[in-house]
Amino acid sequence: MNIQVSLDVLPELLKGAWLTLQLLFISGFFGVLLAVPLAIARTSSLVLVRALPFAYIFFFRGTPLLVQLFLVYYGLSQFQVIQDSPILWPILREPYWCAIITFALHTAAYIAEILRGAIQAVPPGEIEAARALGMGRATTMGRIVLPRAARLALPAYGNELILMLKGSALASTITLLDLTGMARTVIARNYMPVETFLAAGLIYMTITFVLVRGLRWVEHRTSAHTRARPADVAGAGPGLPAPPRRGARD
Amino acid sequence: MSNALLSPDHPATGSLRSGAGLPADDAAPAVLTVENIHKRFAALEVLRGISLTARTGDVIAVLGSSGSGKSTFLRCLNFLETPSAGRIWVHGEEVRTRRDRAGALRPADSRQLTRLRARVGMVFQQFNLWPHMSVLDNLIEAPRRVRGLPKRECVEKAEALLEKVGLAERRDYYPAHLSGGQQQRAAIARTLAMDPEVILFDEPTSALDPELVGEVLGVIGALAEEGRTMLIVTHEIGFARDVSTRALFLDEGRVEEDGPPDILFTNPDSDRLRRFLARHLH
Repeated sequence: MNIQVSLDVLPELLKGAWLTLQLLFISGFFGVLLAVPLAIARTSSLVLVRALPFAYIFFFRGTPLLVQLFLVYYGLSQFQVIQDSPILWPILREPYWCAIITFALHTAAYIAEILRGAIQAVPPGEIEAARALGMGRATTMGRIVLPRAARLALPAYGNELILMLKGSALASTITLLDLTGMARTVIARNYMPVETFLAAGLIYMTITFVLVRGLRWVEHRTSAHTRARPADVAGAGPGLPAPPRRGARD
Repeated sequence: MSNALLSPDHPATGSLRSGAGLPADDAAPAVLTVENIHKRFAALEVLRGISLTARTGDVIAVLGSSGSGKSTFLRCLNFLETPSAGRIWVHGEEVRTRRDRAGALRPADSRQLTRLRARVGMVFQQFNLWPHMSVLDNLIEAPRRVRGLPKRECVEKAEALLEKVGLAERRDYYPAHLSGGQQQRAAIARTLAMDPEVILFDEPTSALDPELVGEVLGVIGALAEEGRTMLIVTHEIGFARDVSTRALFLDEGRVEEDGPPDILFTNPDSDRLRRFLARHLH
């Protein structure tokens, strides 16, 4: 065990960590975009509308991420149509985009399930109040249900984000030099797997730590309405000045 | 509190508020008309044919023991609950309905329903304020998103309404930081922000601690004095007698008695109402 080796490989591993973060956040962004319509369709009262996201979620939760990655990376390029396509081929021949697409599709299935639960947990009375005031379905969804559900889903979403961080290590199987891929490349050169993977593991832990703190901060920022007002604890009366405007809407 | 039905200027007030072109007879214009409303949950028939016309300035108290269908009736009026049968008019415009394949009644035109709902206010037993928005944001949400009014106008109006219900100091509080009575007053202000032509109150004080009931009844009573058209489902018999111009007693999904509160409460026709009053009037 040579700690100096772990320190020496850090600069290279950090380059890999940068790619890991790109994979995580770009796929996470598209994953959320895709998850919102999936979750809304999942809560539809129409069986046919519910069936499509159900099948999607069933597939992506029911198969390993590695299999999905191989299907996209090795599988899609088998089709001549895709190789001939001037739009799809420049994207799908890149392992980088194959990884991002796969991760986005995969995480979308999980986020959609988290969001579905959160949407269904919004108290019906709050939705009725919106409808009774003349809000249409879309307005109610956009202004009341989704903002409420997003806050309810946040803790579970944090868990999913951390799982995806570690799942992104599979990108190394399709030639990408993410944190894990970079570690394996370094090991092929220095034959020091313990020191190198230890350093890589520490970087993963650091990223997780930052993600957890960041999510906790977001949770705190978005939950002012559930916390006791400090002034109330001190026994404030009605004569006290109004609190600072928080989250003013426009 | 003055009884609008007995005051001689009541029908005139009604006509004035609604503008010209009205029939010259003593009846104020009908704001809400329902005809033969039925509601069935599976085998349970909750409403068995209720008809009612609410005219401008009417304050109609809806009474009945629990299970008599009064809350369901109120919820049917703005289609939060879809009636199994019957017709509803808001200011003379009928809510369009159709039968689905199972034969159940459905709103036929969701745009029309949404538009009509914006004219019928509702105050809920559980307040149902949106907890992620401040009191002020609760008030300006519907006028902005439904009416499309500019924010400044909405805020000015919301502040005036909060002043009126005694919550001006609380505009930036979240609902969870208010007492039940304050939440219900905020919910009433939220409804008023849409300028409803009729307001439905669904047991507005039933979820409140006894000492908070008075402040909410005070606000509702003040609205009655303004001549607003309201339907109030309540267990507060004394309050109903003071503010209402008309009272309905529902029993087993039917209107058992209907009349001026003075007569209904002091001289009930039916045994059922007599027993109900005996249970609630002490």
